Amino acid sequence: MNLLAAITTQLGAWGERPICSVWVTLFAPLAAAGLITLFTQRWKGLSAALSIGAILLGFVLSVRLFIALAFRGQHHSPHMFQWLVVGNSVRIEFGMTTDPLAILMLLVVTGVGSAIHIYSLGYMKGDPGFSRYFACMSLFTFSMLGIVIANNFIQIFIFWELVGVSSYLLIGFWFEKPSAAEAGKKAFLVNRIGDFGMMLGILLLWSYAGTFNFVELQTKLPSLGLSSTTLALIGGLIFCGAVGKSAQVPLHVWLPDAMEGPTPVSALIHAATMVAAGVYMLCRVSFVILPSEAALTLIAWIGGITALMAATIAIAQNDIKRILAYSTLSQLGYMVMAVGLGGTTAAMFHLTTHAFFKALLFLGAGSVIVAMHHEQDIWKMGGLWRKAPITFATFLIGTLALAGVPPLSGFYSKDEILLLAKDHSAPLFIIGTFTAFLTAYYMGREVFAVFFGNPRDDHAYEHAHESPWVMTLPLVFLAALSVVAGWYSKVPHFLGAPHEVEHHSWMLTLGLILVPLFGFLVAAKIYWKDKPSDAPVKAALGPIWTLLQNKYYIDELYLWIVKYVQGTIATLCELFDRWVLQRLGIGGLAGTTSEAGKTLRLLQTGNIQSYAFLFGLGVTVIIYYVVVR
Amino acid sequence: MSSIALNHYLWVSGLLFALGIAGVIGRRNALVIFMALEMNLNAANLALVAFSKFNKIVDGQVFVFFIIAIAAAEVAVGLAIIVALYRRKQTVSVDELNSMRL
Repeated sequence: MNLLAAITTQLGAWGERPICSVWVTLFAPLAAAGLITLFTQRWKGLSAALSIGAILLGFVLSVRLFIALAFRGQHHSPHMFQWLVVGNSVRIEFGMTTDPLAILMLLVVTGVGSAIHIYSLGYMKGDPGFSRYFACMSLFTFSMLGIVIANNFIQIFIFWELVGVSSYLLIGFWFEKPSAAEAGKKAFLVNRIGDFGMMLGILLLWSYAGTFNFVELQTKLPSLGLSSTTLALIGGLIFCGAVGKSAQVPLHVWLPDAMEGPTPVSALIHAATMVAAGVYMLCRVSFVILPSEAALTLIAWIGGITALMAATIAIAQNDIKRILAYSTLSQLGYMVMAVGLGGTTAAMFHLTTHAFFKALLFLGAGSVIVAMHHEQDIWKMGGLWRKAPITFATFLIGTLALAGVPPLSGFYSKDEILLLAKDHSAPLFIIGTFTAFLTAYYMGREVFAVFFGNPRDDHAYEHAHESPWVMTLPLVFLAALSVVAGWYSKVPHFLGAPHEVEHHSWMLTLGLILVPLFGFLVAAKIYWKDKPSDAPVKAALGPIWTLLQNKYYIDELYLWIVKYVQGTIATLCELFDRWVLQRLGIGGLAGTTSEAGKTLRLLQTGNIQSYAFLFGLGVTVIIYYVVVR
Repeated sequence: MSSIALNHYLWVSGLLFALGIAGVIGRRNALVIFMALEMNLNAANLALVAFSKFNKIVDGQVFVFFIIAIAAAEVAVGLAIIVALYRRKQTVSVDELNSMRL
């Protein structure tokens, strides 16, 4: 009891000193990852306790920070120390930002992260890599928190890459499975493409402004008088990073494959936090993007296209997790679109609510997968609501929240974005609304196929069971958050922005309420059966269905590009290397030298007297030149 | 009597040296080549002594003593080598001593 009291007091003390508590929040997971990797690999319980303890500590401290900021209005001056000084011009700091944006994101990451860490206890039970899993999760948490509190571009970029590494480790967690190893590789490589653009953007910005620090940049940028082309280029290049990390078209291909990782990983990294890092980063550096009309338009359209494309693909998928993955893509598209329309607040609002309900959906899917003994095909499930009532109830809440049914959280945040779109761009509003309809439709399809109708596989159904409490408890926690997160209308105000959306008529709001309901209705009409199937949709859509099922053949297109375009270039380079560089360059030089040596060798007779003669001749000539001339 | 000038000494020295070189290049007998080499040395000695005399500096003469002393030692080593060579090869003709030739 004394110990507990001491800990509580200590936590209280940290709460009073926000700088300390942010640093502790950041470094506790790193310490956990280090300890697990070095010392506690063999004691699985201890490893899990370390990892969960670290993130829970972070959660508690974040809640304190949030409360202090939101209700008591305590603003903290940012804290930093000089990290690296190269020459006179490059100063790199390691600092932190404690503005509302960062604190909100801290809360989301540690909150959702805590729930998922605890859930993992049940999901990963008995896995031989149990300790490794928690070490990776802690490493990820550390990296993600690093992005959140970063106060300069270099720091954000370093943690950005660290997040990529931990994502790679966790996607390929079951590396003995070739598909998982491949998926990890794919995610990493595709992200590299985006990150390269981001790095170019950062360097370009630095070449003009001479600093990486966000605050300094923000004050300095308007006075630099950059041309609109330069601004668009910088904004576009930095956006590249977000395209990779947030899986926007055309770099979206890695996210669905990333579902090879354990389901809690999909929930934490590939739904709630890491993929949202792109959106967060855009909001963090919005001062770079907002001045450029061209960059904004690009961002908005990329977001809109991603939202629509992913939603259309999602209606034709059969894997319970892949549907959710495409749904994530689609929602990320919404957020990016919101950023592109100038609504960073709306984007962050949707990011927050999405983190809750998408994590919930993934964990629910994980619970279903465990219940079905690692079956992921929705057409082999069915009728599970009787077997797994808590999973069903929470999954349903997540679905309704995702579809945007009031009064759940998704309704508020998605409406914010759609209304924003209506104010700025009619085509994007139509795309957004249609995507909202599709969202309700494909989620309805998934729910009806998984939880209703008759079981397709009787044997599996017989053995299906509700998950243990360590798994259902996080579900309930997240479900509660998914419900209430939207009510806290202070979220947009908390972020300090004035309301970005004008007041709209109740007609429009009613229309936006009806859209998801209509989607559910259509889904119910098709799939609310004893034995639901895709047959009617397949017949109605014809070849389009095949196109959707094959994800617009984008993977195949990329494969083709890699195989023929990149392959041809590689062959040409190889030929150039072999014939021009090796044969002509290196071989030519070596050949000339050795031939010359062979020829010159003939001059060596071995006769000392002839050497002496030549020597004397040489001396005579020299003397002649020195003395006589 | 016309006095003998430095030039005369130098001419004799040069002539001696040229003869020495001719001997080194032209002859085939290692012993004779060796003797020709000694002639070269002595040509140099002559030049040094002449310079010394005409410049009234004794350094050159001291230098010559050193050369003679070293040459004596060198002759001892050189002759020993030639004798050893003859014992082994039964010849001192440099045309036949070509075992190091490629």
